[in-house]
Amino acid sequence: MTSERDFVALRPEQAAIPPGHSWNRLPVIGLVCALLGVVACAVLGLGNPKQFFFSWLVSYLFFLSLALGALFFVLIQYAVQGGWGIVLRRIGETVFATIPVMAALFLPLLLGLHDLYEWTHADTVEHDLLLQWKAPFLNVPFFLVRALVYFACWSFIALLYYRLSRGQDTTGDPLVSARLRRLAGPSLIVLAVTQTFASIDWIMSLTPHWYSTIFGVYFFSGSFVGFIALLSLTAVAMRRAGLLDTIISAEHLHDVGKLLFAFTAFWAYIAFSQFFLIWYANLPEETVWYKARMEGSWLTLSIILMVGHFVAPFFYLMGRAVKRNGDDAGGGGRLAPHHALRGPVLADHADAPSRRAQPVGAGRGRVRGRRGVLRGGGGLAHAAAGARAAPRPAAPRVARIREHVSHVARATCGVRRATCDVRRATCDVRRATCHVRRALAKARRAARHPVGSAFRRTRAGRAKAGRACRVAVSGVESADSEPGNRAVASSLIRRR
Amino acid sequence: MPFASLRSLKALPLVNQLPPGPHYGLLAEFATPGELYHACERVRDAGFTRWDAHTPFPVHGLAGAMGLRRSPLPWIVLVMGLLGLTLGFLMQWWVHTVGYPLVISGKPYAAWPAYVPVAFELGVLFAALGAVFGMFALNRLPMHHHPLFRSRVFERVTDDAFFISIESWDPRFDPSATPALLESLGARRVELVES
Repeated sequence: MTSERDFVALRPEQAAIPPGHSWNRLPVIGLVCALLGVVACAVLGLGNPKQFFFSWLVSYLFFLSLALGALFFVLIQYAVQGGWGIVLRRIGETVFATIPVMAALFLPLLLGLHDLYEWTHADTVEHDLLLQWKAPFLNVPFFLVRALVYFACWSFIALLYYRLSRGQDTTGDPLVSARLRRLAGPSLIVLAVTQTFASIDWIMSLTPHWYSTIFGVYFFSGSFVGFIALLSLTAVAMRRAGLLDTIISAEHLHDVGKLLFAFTAFWAYIAFSQFFLIWYANLPEETVWYKARMEGSWLTLSIILMVGHFVAPFFYLMGRAVKRNGDDAGGGGRLAPHHALRGPVLADHADAPSRRAQPVGAGRGRVRGRRGVLRGGGGLAHAAAGARAAPRPAAPRVARIREHVSHVARATCGVRRATCDVRRATCDVRRATCHVRRALAKARRAARHPVGSAFRRTRAGRAKAGRACRVAVSGVESADSEPGNRAVASSLIRRR
Repeated sequence: MPFASLRSLKALPLVNQLPPGPHYGLLAEFATPGELYHACERVRDAGFTRWDAHTPFPVHGLAGAMGLRRSPLPWIVLVMGLLGLTLGFLMQWWVHTVGYPLVISGKPYAAWPAYVPVAFELGVLFAALGAVFGMFALNRLPMHHHPLFRSRVFERVTDDAFFISIESWDPRFDPSATPALLESLGARRVELVES
């Protein structure tokens, strides 16, 4: 059923930024921004290295989390064989292709470990039992090894997916998709573990006395929300710039909007779960983290986070028009007719594996036969005249089937009747046998009876015993002589 | 008579589901979703209001071609959800501060974070109930039988045929002109369905 028109052909000029387009200047703009950033770091950071490292860490983790969110997005699309996300996948792939660069940008932090992390201070750890106890995990060499492992895993997955997906553009090899789908599950597990530990290493260990078991999920939820927001912004910007605007439709934006809405709520759910349990249990080693964030200027920041990361986007993204970026023409709109009538889309629907029935056209003969039947009705004239539509003439095939069914029914009936006969005959035989037995028993009783033995000596007694014997014998004879019984018995014997 | 009140319910517009009279309306069959789509546009432009399209699978953009307005269901769900949220908060607030004030692990009586889970759950519950029963009400369900099921041709609506049904109580319905219109739109077959 897969015909050529089932593939939506993406021509190379649609997938690339055309020459002369303003987006071709983006790398230059990025480079200028990077140089400006370096200059700003040098000017502002040299005077206050501690502040520089904290600022670098926050900014670095923000952009790294976007790349990790992109990696998760693409992996999950492969793992669940998502269809709609394919047109957006390249955006995600481009974002996570920055991970090797991110590994290089991590290096400045190595100079600031002493400024950032309390557990690197040997003199503090010496007087701190808890930090001593955590030292097997929180020590500089192991920290560096772990960072190396994280970046190795992420870079490997990112480059693998990026290269193979890009290569598929030219080869069109469907096996690449199958291979990447197989690898998606294990990659997701690796990503989940490494991302959790990275968030513990780089963020949680800033307050090394604090405990929170949900922190990895908290970081993940933030990273995914961040990437989905970036994705929708990029998609909207691309459509405005005339890139992929025929490929990415309002439906795709709608789906991304739903994801953004859902994961905004997910982030709030996780963030509140973390806060709620710590607040409720009220254990000092846990509440210390929130105490700092519920006082003074940090409280303002916390409220901004709550409102800006949850309340405002939650209600803003609730509506449909926002998710579709204004393309909200009653479920239809500019793009929808185009969609509705496009061959491949319809073919896709008709062949969707979830449909139980055979797809249209798979059973050609069946459909043709039924169409003929329906055409022959002449229902229109009847309907116009206000009469009931003509009854549908039975198709020859239906008639054939009916004939078969009645044949089978008739045959079944015959079998049943025969079975009945056999049963009735068996019954007769049993009844006759019974008669014989009863008569024989009577004769025996009569013969054995003590009074009977005396009685038999009398004439009447002898006559009676003789009668009983005769009855018994005649019973046996009659049972034996009945022709039906004999025939049935012999047929039964033959069959056995 | 216990059922008298139930019978009087039928006078309500919500329960009044089917056109009165001997005929339910017209049923037109189309071969492809494309034909159905364009026919819907024309039926919409002809000003019909009480009609529907029936397809074996969702056809993108058909709602637009039919000129359907957006469903008010999201607003019902939003209002119900907010109502549940508010009720959940108020209930707990009343219980913890007025009805049965009790110091729990040194928290103040009006410890709002503790109210969040229950209020959230009630909000979800109310929103879900609003969605289900709102959908039922808007679709005029439950309806145990429909005149369209009388049509043998209509059985194919779950397989490979596409239908437009125009109900006889539509102000623009005309027993002779409407079938002609449907036929001119490319209907493979037009049939009158009895109520």
